[in-house]
Amino acid sequence: MAFFLETLLGGLMAGMLYSLVALGFVLIFKASGVFNFAQGAMVLFAALAMARFSEWLPQWLGFDNLLLANVLAFLIAGILMFGIAWLVERLVLRHLVNQDGATLLMATLGITYFIDGLGQSLFGSDIYQINIGMPKEPVFLLDSVFEGGLMVNLEDVYAAIIAASLVILLTIFFNKTITGRALRAVADDHQAAQSVGIPLNHIWVVVWCVAGLVALVAGMIWGSKMGVQFSLSTVALRALPVIILGGLTSVPGAIIGGLIIGVGEKLSEVFLGGYVGGGIEIWFAYMLALVVLMFRPQGLFGEKIIDRV
Amino acid sequence: MFYRENGQFKTNYKADQQIFAITQDRWAVLALIAFAFIGVPMMVDEYLFRAILIPFLILALAAVGLNILVGYCGQLSLGSGAFMAIGAYGAYNFIMRIEGMPLILALLLGGVCATIAGIVFGIPSLRVRGLYLAVATLAAQFFWDWAFLRIGWFTIYTPSGSVAVSNLQVFGWTINSPVEKYWFCLGFLTVFALLAKNLVRSAIGRNWMAIRDMDVAAAVIGIQPLYAKLSAFAVSSFIIGVAGGLWGFVHLGGWEPAAFDIQRSFQLLFMVIIGGMGSIMGSMFGAAFIVALPIFLNQALPVVGSWVGVTISTAGIAHAEFMIFGALIVWFLIVEPHGLARLWSIGKQKMRIWPFPH
Repeated sequence: MAFFLETLLGGLMAGMLYSLVALGFVLIFKASGVFNFAQGAMVLFAALAMARFSEWLPQWLGFDNLLLANVLAFLIAGILMFGIAWLVERLVLRHLVNQDGATLLMATLGITYFIDGLGQSLFGSDIYQINIGMPKEPVFLLDSVFEGGLMVNLEDVYAAIIAASLVILLTIFFNKTITGRALRAVADDHQAAQSVGIPLNHIWVVVWCVAGLVALVAGMIWGSKMGVQFSLSTVALRALPVIILGGLTSVPGAIIGGLIIGVGEKLSEVFLGGYVGGGIEIWFAYMLALVVLMFRPQGLFGEKIIDRV
Repeated sequence: MFYRENGQFKTNYKADQQIFAITQDRWAVLALIAFAFIGVPMMVDEYLFRAILIPFLILALAAVGLNILVGYCGQLSLGSGAFMAIGAYGAYNFIMRIEGMPLILALLLGGVCATIAGIVFGIPSLRVRGLYLAVATLAAQFFWDWAFLRIGWFTIYTPSGSVAVSNLQVFGWTINSPVEKYWFCLGFLTVFALLAKNLVRSAIGRNWMAIRDMDVAAAVIGIQPLYAKLSAFAVSSFIIGVAGGLWGFVHLGGWEPAAFDIQRSFQLLFMVIIGGMGSIMGSMFGAAFIVALPIFLNQALPVVGSWVGVTISTAGIAHAEFMIFGALIVWFLIVEPHGLARLWSIGKQKMRIWPFPH
């Protein structure tokens, strides 16, 4: 029982991180109808920038304060992500308005290659560390209920807290601020939004900036857990089942979908993987999403797809 | 002036329905095929065969297959790498397990294996479409990547799924030198491209295009989505499977599952989109572009670097290649979102009305 609960908790923590990446996908898809494959590359780029600047800044400026270095590196990485968002809108999206989904998808794949190459030629391609002072040692909970207690990684708990607070912040941003409302208006209907005077291009820059910020936070947490390296960009592929499970257009869907996938992956790997040779978690998530799609084609929380001839 | 169909009157249905209805087209295609079979082997050296021409032919075949699904039937698929893998491993199993199995038959049977898998993984297309479907087909990619790595039976229990074939023979003719490999692949591409060209203008091809343009409307006028979509998946994965078999047997010789990973799927989709959706000729243009571009960049970058007085390290070249490749793709999509096939048809139209502008 304790083992089951541990696996479950581990799954929930992993799921929280998946939802962070998935959130970036959903934000951009909602606002511009672009399925942004480059989200994974953005996570990698942000994490690389963060890792390298937190290492370089103390050397250049000659101070020795971990917190200050991290905060400064975070700010610089954030500014870089804003720059990328602006460039993507300026140079790519603006020219591809009204193209069909497949073309836009391929364009974001092109952006993926570009950002991957750029990130690695600017920041190098070794494995780097992000140290944001998260505790590494595990703690044991509920000693009285189970023998030996539940082993929980404190790092995971902090990561989950950061992810959850980011989600809450985003929800407030979407529902309470003027820009947030404009974003939702654009997501609903481009033309109607434009006709009441919402500048589309401006909104797209904002939404890519927000997605860049989400990528930065995701990259920071993943990076401090597993080190920053090229394989971080494949995190996007792990997050894809999450969004089709939850629905491409739903923010809560991304979060709940992430949790379901996270738990499903861990439980399947631990309890089924042994029978078939292991390593099943990557396709199991896709199969899970596929089964859901067969019954709900728009995902669990997506808007209902209405066909008109 | 030279490219005009004036005066070419069709007097019977057979002449009206042939693949290339314009005489000039017919001669041009014949000349092209003859040139590819006879002219090219006389002109190029071994490196060019190995590095560019053979990969180009095989990937063009796969791109033709994928174009049937994506360009003609409108079902976005990111699982084509997996179907190539199934074709390759299927053919491998047939040739190793059955004594005296002819090579061509094994490749075709590998294609049949891919067809079956394609139909199974095409079933979600009946419920979901567009980007949801693209992600759903990734399930095929990851599942088969895993299956060939972990399930020993598929790879006849070779460690980590790496297998090798040798001594390729067709009717006593041993395929050894690059030129022979080139001929073999070219034969496959010619036959399958002509078949595909014929198929997409038949009733079934028109059904696919109706589904692509608006599947609800197509269903209303009496086209069965089930039959049309699954048949597109079947035909497309058969061709992709055969291409996969060729890739493993002829181009690589020995391979492991990583040869058919998700990057291969992306690469094929790039070929289809850059070449032009819904065009057989376009698939070949796309394949040529995507195969040649990295090699060109790889050769050109150090030269350009030395002009401006910079020596670029190997890793630097790899990264710069990535960046330029990505940027070129994006640039290309912006200037010609309908692909190289569109340029081709514009060129044909211009020739037809030359010397007048309209």
